[in-house]
Amino acid sequence: MNEDVLLTMRHIEKRFPGVLALNNVDFTLRKGEIHALMGENGAGKSTLIKILTGVYQMDGGEVTIEGQPVVIHSPQDAQNSGISTVYQEITLCPNLTVAENMFIGREDSAWIRQKEYEKRADEILEKLGIPTRGVTQLGRCSLAIQQMVAIARAVDMKCKVLILDEPTSSLDDKEVNMLFKLMRDLKAEGVGIIFVTHFLEQVYEVSDRITVLRNGELVGEYPVEELPQVQLVSKMLGENLIEELPEVQTETKMIGTDQDGVSAVGEMIREEIKKNSDVFYEAESLSSNQALPFDFKIRKGEVNGFTGLLGSGRSESVRAIFGADKVTGGTVKIKGEQVKINRPIDAMKHGIGYLAEDRKRDGIIADLSVRENIILALQVMNGFFKPISRSESEAFADEYIKVLNIKTASRETPVGSLSGGNQQKVILARWLLTHPDYLILDEPTRGIDIGTKWEIQKLVLKLAEDGVSVTFISSEIEEMLRTCSRLIVMRDRHVVGELKGDDLNQAQVMKTIAGGEA
Amino acid sequence: MDTKKKFNLSLGQLTIPIIAILILVVFNLIRDPSFFSIGITQNNDGNSVLSGNLITVINGASELAILAMGMTLVTAACGGQDISVGAAAAIAGSAFVKILKSGDSISVGTVILAFLFACVVAMIFGAFNGTLVAVFKIQPMIATLILYTCGRSIAYWINGGATPTVQSSIITAIGGFIPGIPVPTPVLIVVIVAIIFKLVFHFTSLEILTQSVGINGSAARLNGINSTFIKLLSFIVLGVCVAVAGCIGVSRLGLINHETLLIDIEMDTILAVAIGGNNLGGGKFKISGSIIGAYVIQMLTITLYAMKVSSTDVKAYKAIVIILLVVIGSPVVKAKFEKLMTKLRSGKAKETVKGAE
Amino acid sequence: MKRAKTLLLVFTLVMSMVIACACDSKKSNDGNGSNNNTANTSNTSSAKIKVGVVNNPPSESGYREANVKDMEAVFSSANGYELKTAYSLKNDDQLQAAQGFITEGVDYLLISAAETTGWDEVLKKAKEAGIKVFLFDRMIDVDASLYEAAVVSDMAKEGETAVNWLLSQNLPEYKVIHIQGAMGSDAQIGRTGALDEQFASGKMTKVVQQTATWDEAEAKKIVESVINSGEDFNVIYAENDGMAKGAVAALDEAGITHGVDGKVIVMGFDCNKWALRELLAKKWNYDGQCSPFQAQIISDIIQGKKSITDKKIINEEKGFDAKTLTQADIDTYGLGE
Repeated sequence: MNEDVLLTMRHIEKRFPGVLALNNVDFTLRKGEIHALMGENGAGKSTLIKILTGVYQMDGGEVTIEGQPVVIHSPQDAQNSGISTVYQEITLCPNLTVAENMFIGREDSAWIRQKEYEKRADEILEKLGIPTRGVTQLGRCSLAIQQMVAIARAVDMKCKVLILDEPTSSLDDKEVNMLFKLMRDLKAEGVGIIFVTHFLEQVYEVSDRITVLRNGELVGEYPVEELPQVQLVSKMLGENLIEELPEVQTETKMIGTDQDGVSAVGEMIREEIKKNSDVFYEAESLSSNQALPFDFKIRKGEVNGFTGLLGSGRSESVRAIFGADKVTGGTVKIKGEQVKINRPIDAMKHGIGYLAEDRKRDGIIADLSVRENIILALQVMNGFFKPISRSESEAFADEYIKVLNIKTASRETPVGSLSGGNQQKVILARWLLTHPDYLILDEPTRGIDIGTKWEIQKLVLKLAEDGVSVTFISSEIEEMLRTCSRLIVMRDRHVVGELKGDDLNQAQVMKTIAGGEA
Repeated sequence: MDTKKKFNLSLGQLTIPIIAILILVVFNLIRDPSFFSIGITQNNDGNSVLSGNLITVINGASELAILAMGMTLVTAACGGQDISVGAAAAIAGSAFVKILKSGDSISVGTVILAFLFACVVAMIFGAFNGTLVAVFKIQPMIATLILYTCGRSIAYWINGGATPTVQSSIITAIGGFIPGIPVPTPVLIVVIVAIIFKLVFHFTSLEILTQSVGINGSAARLNGINSTFIKLLSFIVLGVCVAVAGCIGVSRLGLINHETLLIDIEMDTILAVAIGGNNLGGGKFKISGSIIGAYVIQMLTITLYAMKVSSTDVKAYKAIVIILLVVIGSPVVKAKFEKLMTKLRSGKAKETVKGAE
Repeated sequence: MKRAKTLLLVFTLVMSMVIACACDSKKSNDGNGSNNNTANTSNTSSAKIKVGVVNNPPSESGYREANVKDMEAVFSSANGYELKTAYSLKNDDQLQAAQGFITEGVDYLLISAAETTGWDEVLKKAKEAGIKVFLFDRMIDVDASLYEAAVVSDMAKEGETAVNWLLSQNLPEYKVIHIQGAMGSDAQIGRTGALDEQFASGKMTKVVQQTATWDEAEAKKIVESVINSGEDFNVIYAENDGMAKGAVAALDEAGITHGVDGKVIVMGFDCNKWALRELLAKKWNYDGQCSPFQAQIISDIIQGKKSITDKKIINEEKGFDAKTLTQADIDTYGLGE
């Protein structure tokens, strides 16, 4: 392998209000290398890329290209330094021709005539083996070709570093192979490629090296042949099966001591469920415009989980249960009776609550007060003409602020000004107030402090004890193992396994997520 | 400290409009203290009525205040404004006159019937705008541009004549004074409408639902809120306000001129909402802010008239003052101001804190 | 939910059609009216005189409404005419309509143009085709040879008549509130001119001179602000009836008497029927006419009853005094209902 270092990023630090998005992250890209950048949501890979492309400014650290320190303040700076990016969503103009798209907005474009740059485009396309012509209207090409045109544009701009951000997510197998061939050709020419994807197989197919980030920190850089798939998954999800980092060890230990009580409770509930076989919710080949058909059932007082990597379809599936996306098929039974759940309000009326994955976008009403946010779902269920009175709502708010230990200046503080963990508690309170029979919690613990995480886990078990069914989704496998009695594993939008009883251990889960080969 | 903070929060949104109205009051006091003199005069119908600039301001702003209340709701739910309120008021006013003129004499019953008819007509047009916005997801300004353009033609079509007149003591009472009550009737109507709004907010969950839809539509949907319905409803409520405003406008002079009735009021209405500290992008709102905003605008107009500014120039002066108000109320300036305040405060606090640290 | 959406969709479509109808109704109504006329006439007689009228739509104002009605009444089939009409506020539409009339081969073309320019071509064509052109209400910037005659109002004269009437009242002093129409309009310029002369000469005192852009409510505000300032005045000169009505509303609320036996003299223009009735009730003092009745003059010329001495024919206009006004005047000269 060519060991010429092309790009280095050292001690990169990036802060957002209240969050350290990147903490002392290093990254090295060599000439003629395809380097996969891996990590779950919130790991910091998109922040890192945005720093590299000038969208964000880093708060600390340095970037060098071919040994020369560079300062990247804008996308233009990035381009001048030879860094080009091709995003998942095409950022070209579909109603212009391929040639126009390749040359638009470039300094020299004004001097070249239409015919000339169509000719030049054809030359480049032929050289790169991209099966289209300069005169074709871009919108008529397939997505794969469009993506390749974007790459061709980057290559013609003499880029040294090419960033491909989820390039394959909307391509079929044939198109992916075409793209990979192009990537390999570029690699042979000495271009360094940063490849961001969540398809594990693809990483192993084309990459030379893998850098794994987790929670804004560098986990490590590995040659691909030294990192089996199961290990990659465990590094992304934060559990070490083979060699335990000391840091992680202490953390595990700390939780471990706290955890004994919880485990005991969990054990008890698992026993309970065996006895109590009341199925609360049952879906048969339920599908939505986001989720492929799947079967699912949950018993009264059961805690189960959906697991899988980001993009595996776990969130989409629970959204279908709640009617959050357009439901396209399947039958749903609640307590044995067939019902129709097409909209969130239908689900709510049947006693289902849903804490959405994206707290900011789908959860909080930022400008409203803590009190108003807490009563919102109950208010909606009560209906338009039965408003919850001020005194009643204040009582509710006070109760849940106390029960869930929500840290807020007052119940009238806008919820947007609370910390992430407390915002999450407010939304939890909102759903608890509706006294649901079945609560779906999608990533309730993401981005919140360890203490709150622990509180939420305890709460989930407490709810189950009271007979509430809970579906729990978390990127942290350990958390799910601790709370769930059954895990549904998803990969590439399909359910690939259901684990319970003795199979509920990390090794087995990792294996199932990774595809079971390793 | 804590109480102070609370006080700031509760006043927060109303700070700008209240300061604006105070500045106008002080300005007028310095300019001409008699500006605020209120007298009782005998009007030509033989009633004792209140008179003076202040009464003119409060009376004259009635239609604007009522429209601003409805507009606040539409703004909050849809994050956009209805620019057809003036034209729609002309339609409602025409419908009102149509019924009034249908009989030989005008009784209280006819007036009520006429008003209800005007309400229904205005609500239908409101629902039309609302459907375009809520169901077809058209930008509110674009959607209401349709009615803005053709509304006054429709108003003409209802009555045929260019300026039909109605003569009735009941109409005079609605647009002017009810015998024995010295306060102009339109002012009383504003109070009634404001109370109705208050009651609606008390007896329904409209306020929180509207705010949720306006602040975070996606989250509102996932909490089971039917945002289409809420948006549509806001336009229908505005329709009722439009009908009330239109009927007042007609009653003031006992005549409907479809071309000039409440002309250009849509812009003043939107400004009233903005001056009231409401976010024109939707979300949290305060009806009281918009009402004060309406009086600010009217006070400004009357002040300029009292200063004998040529009415062609009034609009320009108004624009200058309103730009100032809106800029001062903008988030950018607010943030800057808050920064300055914290700086000042920390500067002051430093001395005391120094010892403690 | 789905059903509700479908219902709303249907509702929107229906409303769109209502709007479309409303916006088109005047055109089509009037269009039908004239078409019927044509149909009737062509059946009964072929010797009728064909007249094409290009005008602004009746919805423009009370004035226009009366004007259109007058045209239709005078050029009726009973009077031996075959009338074709086209109404638009847009010059381009009007030009096209005129073109159409020329092609159809009318005998006379009557035009009240939306804009004063752009008519050369069409009028030349009319001349070539031997069609005689009359302008009414509004002048056009073309060579006088291109038309037979122009029957127009002289707004400045209207103002003079009104001011002369006011001077004839022999008040000890004239303190005038002057409410103007939309600045720059023909009517405003004409009606303001005569009064401005009096202000300049010092015979009358200007208490306030403001434009209310033909808006009744605005006129009321202007008068209210004067009343509130405590300034004295004894004449309200409003450049149309609507604004006079707004001004009077302000007086009524302040308990200031007006009209024949009142403190303040009220003057308006346009002679709407409702305004003349105010005069008859002695609540107003004066209303100046702006005659929309040009049809008879043109008809007289066509039929040779009247000869043309000057191509610009000033339509004679009256001013009505509340003291001498009769119900018969209202019936004859009043506009609207």
